[in-house]
Amino acid sequence: MWARAFSYWMASYRRIWRGSLVSGFLNPVLFLAAMGIGLGALVDNGSAGGVQGVTYLTFLAPGILAAQAMQTAVFESTFPVLGAVKWQRQYHAMLAAPLGVPDLVVGHLVFVAMRVAITSTAFLLITVAFGAIGSWWAVLTLPVAVLTGLAFAAPVFALAARQDGPGGFNMLFRFIIMPMFLFSGTFFPVEQLPAALELVAMVTPLWHAVELCRGLALETMTMVPALGHVAYLLLWVGAGLWLALASFRKRLVL
Amino acid sequence: MAPHPVDRPLISAHQLTKQFGDFTAVGGIDFEVRAGEAFGFLGPNGAGKSSTMRMIGCVSPPSAGTLRILGLDPAADGPQIRGRLGVVPQRDTLDEELTVRENILVYGRYFGLPRSVVRERAAELLDFAQLTDRADSIVEPLSGGMKRRLTIARSLVNNPELLLLDEPTTGLDPQARHVLWDRLFRLKRSGVTLVLTTHYMDEAEQLCDRLVVMDGGRIVAEGSPRQLIAEHATREVLELRFPADDHAAYAVKLDGLVPRIEVLPDRLLLYTEDGDTTAKAVHDRGLAPLSVLARRSTLEDVFLHLTGRTLID
Repeated sequence: MWARAFSYWMASYRRIWRGSLVSGFLNPVLFLAAMGIGLGALVDNGSAGGVQGVTYLTFLAPGILAAQAMQTAVFESTFPVLGAVKWQRQYHAMLAAPLGVPDLVVGHLVFVAMRVAITSTAFLLITVAFGAIGSWWAVLTLPVAVLTGLAFAAPVFALAARQDGPGGFNMLFRFIIMPMFLFSGTFFPVEQLPAALELVAMVTPLWHAVELCRGLALETMTMVPALGHVAYLLLWVGAGLWLALASFRKRLVL
Repeated sequence: MAPHPVDRPLISAHQLTKQFGDFTAVGGIDFEVRAGEAFGFLGPNGAGKSSTMRMIGCVSPPSAGTLRILGLDPAADGPQIRGRLGVVPQRDTLDEELTVRENILVYGRYFGLPRSVVRERAAELLDFAQLTDRADSIVEPLSGGMKRRLTIARSLVNNPELLLLDEPTTGLDPQARHVLWDRLFRLKRSGVTLVLTTHYMDEAEQLCDRLVVMDGGRIVAEGSPRQLIAEHATREVLELRFPADDHAAYAVKLDGLVPRIEVLPDRLLLYTEDGDTTAKAVHDRGLAPLSVLARRSTLEDVFLHLTGRTLID
């Protein structure tokens, strides 16, 4: 049944995919160029001589990959979900048909996962072209990016289904997503942070996603920490899914 | 699809109740809808019509009472029932960025219909809804009447046995309403059972074989439009205007003439079996109204009598 809900989002996506593909990875590519190449030149030629033994661009690229997975997923889980609840009301149309709340949630989440997979693939190809990633292990960053997307999308679904306007989303972007983007190891190792903040950073799902992507791309990842990161992200997916189902029921089944 | 036994009602509700916290939207109502009829819920805003429709549509679980639709229990068989229903919600749920045709195709997929079947069905439905020439237009700029026709066309994609229409023509201009009524007549003739809510009396009289009047979450009257008029109004109404601000004074002078007199700010309504005879009796009492109008009672008289003239917001 969830595939029927998914097919709606696909029909809707067919109209806009070109635009969304460009905007979806243009932003990360700009970051990669400005930070990785522009700022990276200073880092690599300075006293640091790169980060963790590699060039700054090589260090940065997997971080941006994880961060753009987060951003794509969060963006796709805010306004589209609220719109389907409140404005365009697609969810109501689905519920009038034989679909149930779990079908709505799963069908839409699978679509978000697909969107993340597409932008991540595009971005990964660019990083290869930039020479920022050269290992075949980096192919595994794609499933990690999708997992990262779901770890954010599921709880944001739960939040979005409870909103009445864009106010909550602005708070989410400003006070949660943006700080996470900047301080969860995307641009510099979290060891640079004060000890207390380092712990905060390590609780965020993005840090685990960045560690996984970077470890795979740099071929430094080992099995046990990898499983730990995956398990932590899965925990967010599971808890988020549970919350999303509850939120959707509360909002749509009256 | 198994044919439904003719003797069993398509919908039966017993003590059906819907509560939202302390607020009782529907307060224990009983009704039955038979196959092939057009059944209406009539009532002012807040009477509980839409809550009842949402329970019938299996998207809102009843708080108490029993409800059977197509012989099934919505609590246990919601998806199965919804697969055999068509729903036209009060507010359109169209995707305005997709085309007219795409809206039907997508909706057909929700019912698990194969693409080829939906494609064929969409062409028929576009024709039925007189939207064939707009099939590949985006929905957003279409008129309210077109969007409503599309919503109805879409709701028929699964060949429903039962079509639920929540205020199908609210907000449409008279032309658009008549086109829509015409389409609904055709559906009814083809054997689809219609259940609709409305607060338009003309709509109820035009479309409904049988209706219930709801007020404050309860059913206050039930029957065919003709029966309701016979039971709750007189055959005719005599409207009298007097050259005065206070019509109540004239009501006193007419006391005993007819079973019921209603005082409105600008006129008196005399409920009578024969308007002309009553008009003569008014003159015989020495009164000279500015204007006299004898007319047939309408459902609107019944409605206002039963649900009051006070504005409900």
